[in-house]
Parts: sequence; C-alpha cells; structure tokens
Amino acid sequence: MSTDIKPLIQMKNIEKHFGRVIALAGVSVDIFPGECHCLLGDNGAGKSTFIKTMSGVHKPTHGEILFDGVPMQFADPRDAITAGIATVHQHLAMIPLMSVSRNFFMGNEPQKSFGPFKVFDHAHANEVTMTEMRKMGINLRGPDQAVGTLSGGERQTVAIARAVHFGAKVLILDEPTSALGVRQTANVLATIDKVRKQGVAVVFITHNVRHAMAVGDRFTVLNRGKTLGTATRGEVSPEELQDLMAGGQELATLEGSLGGTV
Amino acid sequence: MSQANEAIESDERVKRISPLRKALIRPELGGMCGTVIVFVLFLIFAGDSGMFSPQGVMNWSQVSAQFMIIAVGACLLMIAGEFDLSVGSMIGFASMIMAIFATTFGWPMWLAILVTFAITISLGAMNGLIVVRTGLPSFIVTLAFLFILRGFAIFLPYAFEGKSNIGGIKEISEGDWLASVFGGKIFKGLFQWMGDNELIATFSRGTKAGQPVIEGIPMLIVWALGLIFLGHFILTRTKFGNWIFAAGGDSEAARNSGVPVDRVKILLFMFTAFCATVLATVQVMEFSSADAGRGLLKEFEAIIAVVIGGALLTGGYGSVLGAALGALIFGVVQQGLFFAGVESSLFRVFLGVILLGAVILNTYIRRIITGER
Ligand SMILES: Nc1ncnc2c1ncn2[C@@H]1O[C@H](COP(=O)(O)OP(=O)(O)OP(=O)(O)O)[C@@H](O)[C@H]1O
Ligand SMILES: [Mg+2]
Repeated sequence: MSTDIKPLIQMKNIEKHFGRVIALAGVSVDIFPGECHCLLGDNGAGKSTFIKTMSGVHKPTHGEILFDGVPMQFADPRDAITAGIATVHQHLAMIPLMSVSRNFFMGNEPQKSFGPFKVFDHAHANEVTMTEMRKMGINLRGPDQAVGTLSGGERQTVAIARAVHFGAKVLILDEPTSALGVRQTANVLATIDKVRKQGVAVVFITHNVRHAMAVGDRFTVLNRGKTLGTATRGEVSPEELQDLMAGGQELATLEGSLGGTV
Repeated sequence: MSQANEAIESDERVKRISPLRKALIRPELGGMCGTVIVFVLFLIFAGDSGMFSPQGVMNWSQVSAQFMIIAVGACLLMIAGEFDLSVGSMIGFASMIMAIFATTFGWPMWLAILVTFAITISLGAMNGLIVVRTGLPSFIVTLAFLFILRGFAIFLPYAFEGKSNIGGIKEISEGDWLASVFGGKIFKGLFQWMGDNELIATFSRGTKAGQPVIEGIPMLIVWALGLIFLGHFILTRTKFGNWIFAAGGDSEAARNSGVPVDRVKILLFMFTAFCATVLATVQVMEFSSADAGRGLLKEFEAIIAVVIGGALLTGGYGSVLGAALGALIFGVVQQGLFFAGVESSLFRVFLGVILLGAVILNTYIRRIITGER
C-alpha cells in the first residue's frame, strides 16, 4: 500500500474480554480504502470478535478505533451501518420468517412519502432485491419468498448482496464463501474485486488460501487473540500463508517474510 | 413485479403454486375460517333469536370491539416477540386512578383522562425497559406487574374512599370534550333518519318514544376500527413494521442489521398500555364508574384472540387483521351462546377448543411458509 493514502479505519490495540475469556489481547490493524484486507487464523483466534468491534456489535474493552482519522464510538451496529460499514456475519443476520426483500432492507428500509406519512416502498425494495440477487448469480422465485425456504448458500448470497449494496465505505465479510458453490464463489470474489476498485475497503475473513490469494492485497494473521503480523501481497507465498493459517507452527521460517510489519 | 414473474417462469425447479393455495397461506387464514364457521353456526342455531337484529348486532359488535382494542396492542407486541400479561390489571388500575382523579381530587374529566394516560404509558415504558435491560422474559416481568397493578387497583379506592368502586363519573364528565371522545356516539343523525324512515325500529313508548333503537355508533367501535387500521398500516406498510417483524423473528440478527430492537420493544409495551387505557376509559364512561375487578383475565383473552388470528407465540409472524377477526369470533361466540340460550360456562370450553385448533393450524401454515424446515 502506498503510504500517501490515509487509513480509513485504524484499530489500535483492541482488547475484548468476555468475562474471564480474553478473546482479543491487543490487536492493531489499519484498513485502507480500496484494499482487500484478508483476516486469517485458526478457529477461535478471535477473527469474528475483531470484526464485530469494527461493526459496532461489540464495544472493545480497551483500545481505540479511528474512522477517517477521528475516534469512533459506535453505540450499536446501526451507527456503523450509517457510517457506511456493512457486514456479512458468520452467523448470517437473516430472519427466516421474513421475505427476502424485507430481509434485504432490514434496518435500511426505503421509504416514500404517502401524504404526510412515510411508507415502506415495497415496490422499490422488491425490484432492487431481484436485481442485486441476479447480479450475484441467483434467480429468486420472487422477492416475497421467505428466507427460510432458501438454501444455506442462497441465504449467504442474500447477506452478501445486501452488504455490497449498503457498504458504501467498508465491506466486512466473515467467511462469506463457506457454503457457496463454484459459480457463486467466483461471483463473490469478482464482486470483492469490483467494489475494491471503486475505493471500498474490504475486510475478508476466510480459511481458504486460494480465495485469499485470489483477491487479497494484505494479509493479517490472528492467533489466540494476538496479531502475528500483516504481510503484503507478493511478500508471502501461498504455502507460507497456508502454514500460518494452520496455526503458525512454521512461524520461525516466516518471520523474515513478514518483514518487520509485526 | 414483472421481473419477479419472469423469474418464476424461468425457474423450472419450482412447482407452480395455484393462486388459491397462495392466497390461503397467510396468517389470517385461521381467523377467516373461524369467522365463517361461527357465523354459519349461529345463523343456523340462533338465527331467529334476535342475535342478527340491529340491537343484537350492536350487542356483539360492542363486545367484540372491546376485545379488538386490546388485541391490537397484544398482537404487535407478540409479533415483536414479547407478551404483556399486565393488560387486564392495567385496565383496572387505569379506570381506578382516572375515577379517583375525577371524584376525590375533583379534577375536570379531560385532565383526569390525560394524566391517567401519561401514567399508564409510563408504566408500559417501565415494563419494556425492565424487559430489555435485564433480558428477563417479558412473561415474568409483566406477571409481576399483573399483581402489582391489580393490588393498587384494589388498594387505592379503599385508601381514598373506603370502598371498592367509585361511581358518579357521568355527572362529572357531562359536556367534557375529551370524555365524549371515549363515551359518545357518532352518526346519531343518520340513525334518527333511518328510524324516521322505518329502516330500523324505533321505541314505541316511554320517554324514548320515536327514537331509533340504536342511537348511533358508540365511540368504542370507532376506537376499535381506528386502532385496527392504524396497527395494520404500521405493521405492513411502514419501516417500523419491518422492525417489529425483525425484532420478533430474531432479535440478535435484527440488531446486527441495524434495527433498534430495544426501542421497538419499549414503544410497543407503551402501545399496549395505551390500548388498555383506551378500553379502561371507554368503560369508565359507559358504566359511569370504576371497579377494582375490571379487566380481569383480559390479558389472556387478548393473547387468545391474537393467536386465533394467526400470530406465532414465538414472535416474528402474525397479522393485526387476523387478531381483529380473532376478537370478532370471541365476541360473537360469547354473546351468541347467550342469545342461543346455551349455558354460558360452555364459553370456556369453546375457548379452549378453538385455541388448540388455531395453534395447530398456525404451526402447519408456518411449515408451509418456511418450506418444511
Ligand atoms: N459472546 C462471547 N462470549 C464469550 N466468549 C466468546 C464470545 N464470542 C467469542 N468468544 C470467545 O472468543 C474466542 C474467539 O472467538 P471468535 O468467534 O472471534 O473466533 P474466530 O476466529 O471467528 O473463529 P472461527 O474461525 O471458528 O469463526 C473464542 O474462544 C470464543 O469462545
Ligand atoms: Mg468466526
């Protein structure tokens, strides 16, 4: 990353404790506009917890978050969404009994004026939902279909399409491709590439090295609540990354390639 | 929408659903079936009992309207995933403090009504705050309020007046602008005209000779219809309605998507308190008195009406129109058994049976909607 671009989000020494569990023990990461930042690490490393502090779900126990250079205090996810940070959570935020289009716009309902009242613009919501889903390679039966009737991958695609639609500045994807087929995965990776080129910062969590290598600009590895370091694309080979993700057994040989960015 | 239809045509893996079946898969189905069955039954067995004369219709309409007013509040709250068991006690408590303000304190009726609303809506907010702050089930929190408020409704009249009910409201509320919003009747001219033209019967003797048997539409019914319309509109046509479904469907997912779940729930607890107080005020005006026992068991009747109307006890799904039909069934059966001369205790048997039937039907509909998961 060129140094003249200012980071969009600066996470400084973030700690998160759940009672006696220390999920994050001081993690610092900078996210730049237009980059795809891959977050890697073992199960339970703290990746989801980390991105949840970024998207307003958790308040960090210690540490500071700067958004666009100013300290940010997100009281709840709504604040983060308003700031242009959209998230696809690992456990999708979808409501099975509600229709696809109601889910798609949940928390961001489009409105139109109806006399003195503001009403939910269902026609617009339905249209956008169908178009966005088709872009992701999924033909819905209809926008009023309940999310509960979709397959796991289809649900994931709705969540991704929704985040892409609302993530004006930052798009956070927590293992978005875990349930996707070949075509839909390719679609998601292509979408990441596309929004990155539009200047959106993408935070991409995955366990799949090939997916990470395909779109990642920088790679941060977490282990037991700590950063092992951030590597830039080209500095690290897929094999090395694979070892890191496997739990960092081969760390010694990798310290060189992480090149002082620790 | 045209795109949506194209998608249906293009997807060869979807069996065509007949429009009829599609129209049937909706929360109101149980309520609609129930309403038809109930009306057919009573037309057959009590058709000539006066139940369907103008006065008869007015009779069960008013009883139904009472159920409807509290069912609307309970419905929205249940869809948002919470219960309010304090509704019945709130009715008793509200009518009692209103009567005490008007008689013991000597306040003008409008002031007594407004202050009562302010107090009960604050109590509703307190219910909601405790539920969202502690994360306790609303079942327990509002059960506590069921006892607390009923206790006060019994204690206060003794403390102030040394008796269990307070009367004489009619004289105080005479000519009061706000009292007539709850106790008055509208379209009196229309009914007088219908009486004069022999479209409806008139009294033939006594002080009311020449007046139509139905004086006008009571405000009770106007409130019920108004609240149903409002509730239905909010739920299906507004952003807040989407938040209600989301909050009850999965509050965690809703919160992570930016829905202010706590605010939605607190507002709905306030709305149920508002509905309870509307009913309390109407009753105070109608009976000209407040009684400590008023509103007993109303919370369960409201919940039953809502469930008959197709809402899921677990939240996230339901319909205000359905709840209104549930309340209509309730009123028609309760009064219909009376008209048909059936022992009134059988009403409870009926309630239990229809509740069970409705819950089973709802579970089935839900399976269809969520694709047998
Ligand atoms: N709400 C919570 N309460 C208590 N402990 C939690 C909570 N959330 C996460 N943890 C703990 O924090 C640690 C990190 O969890 P996290 O979900 O962030 O891992 P992860 O890196 O996303 O793992 P995975 O790859 O399996 O998704 C785990 O040990 C987990 O048990
Ligand atoms: Mg995770």
